[in-house]
Amino acid sequence: MAPALALYRTSVGKKVVMALTGLILVGFVVAHMLGNLKVFTGGEHLNEYAEFLRTVGAPALPYGMALWIARIVLLVSVVLHIVAATQLTLQDRAGRPQRYAYHKKQAATYASLTMRWGGVIILLFVIYHILHFTTGTAHQNYIHGDVYHNVVSGFQVWYVSVIYIIAMVALGAHLYHGVWSMFQTLGLNNQTWNGVLRGIAVLTALAVVIGNIALPVAVLAGFLT
Amino acid sequence: MNVTLHVWRQKNATSPGKMVKYEAKNISPDTSFLEMLDSVNQELIARDEDPIAFDHDCREGICGTCSLMINGLAHGPERATTTCQLHMRSFKDGDTIYIEPWRASAFPVLKDLVVDRGAFDRIIASGGYISVSTGSAPEANSVPVPKDASDLAMDAAACIACGACVAACPNASAMLFTAAKVSQLALLPQGQPERQRRVLDMVRQMDSEGFGHCTNIGECSTACPKEISMDFIAMLNREHLKATLSKK
Repeated sequence: MAPALALYRTSVGKKVVMALTGLILVGFVVAHMLGNLKVFTGGEHLNEYAEFLRTVGAPALPYGMALWIARIVLLVSVVLHIVAATQLTLQDRAGRPQRYAYHKKQAATYASLTMRWGGVIILLFVIYHILHFTTGTAHQNYIHGDVYHNVVSGFQVWYVSVIYIIAMVALGAHLYHGVWSMFQTLGLNNQTWNGVLRGIAVLTALAVVIGNIALPVAVLAGFLT
Repeated sequence: MNVTLHVWRQKNATSPGKMVKYEAKNISPDTSFLEMLDSVNQELIARDEDPIAFDHDCREGICGTCSLMINGLAHGPERATTTCQLHMRSFKDGDTIYIEPWRASAFPVLKDLVVDRGAFDRIIASGGYISVSTGSAPEANSVPVPKDASDLAMDAAACIACGACVAACPNASAMLFTAAKVSQLALLPQGQPERQRRVLDMVRQMDSEGFGHCTNIGECSTACPKEISMDFIAMLNREHLKATLSKK
């Protein structure tokens, strides 16, 4: 515990926390996207998969236990990610109280400059997403346990689909910079590996965006009913 | 050529400053940027006004004393070029040029365009050295250094500590500077005895000076007149992580 606390005291260490929690969240997002694609194999498959997530680990784990463990790990990761980001952002704001009258950017990408507000957008989306598909609170036609029905009837509302598509683009931008930044923060980047690691970041971002957007697009196009 | 300047004027560290407009007339395109400021200053002195204060020393691009945010870019528009090596031919007749000091709370403005970069000195003093018993110089070839390690160490050692990385960084972070100074010694045999303590102390000092943190955006490397690579920041992160985890 002592080295972890010593690490967290520095800005470099807070970034390590962001990188490791980011790694957990990226892993989840990729797995979630792959699970979503089950929708294309039919409603039965998707509902079976959703049930599997609750029964996984049985009989060693009681019903739903694995899912709750995953949720707690994700919640802790999200909280740590946001707390570290907030502390670091405040440090940066204090680092330049007087702004330039005239400032140009040369190397910065749109993704790298929108990590903070992009992160806020993603957080708001995650809250909405849970209210929409997990609790059903924000869903006008929710049937508990019938995931396929909830997905299709949810995305048939065009503005809901638009919200999801915009959120996925924001998530893609966050991943494009975040995944590469994670490698840099963990000290894995060097002349030999930069190209490969950049490639992994681009592929991760593209896969998550395209894989997830495929759902609302397929529903709106009438491909899934 | 004639150019219009908007220059940050600030009487001293405690007074507020503002942008002031000046006209620089009949400037040869072969004049260096600092010589152009010299000639503006000559006119100001002739009018009994306070000349514009700016840092400069070698004017050969190697000492790291000159600075200036020129049209929003650290050391101006030319890549891998310090302000003193920038010439007016990089601008067009009739251009408007904004000149500001490095902006960071760790680099307080002392006067006009001059900032106090003592924070860098304190980062170096916290660990950017090797401890050796003085005496006659040892035989240079008695400590073998692999060629790739010495090449990489020299790339890091090209840092002239001008502060352009901090000035260009959207977060006012000093990571590129600190990374170059940690890496140049971590790569060489002479840097090994103090390797762990060095990186921990230098990062701690960097944070305590009030710099921002690194979001891996890359403005620093692009602005750096010595083109120090961001790979050294990854090396610093690696060194720091290893040192923290293995510290007794």
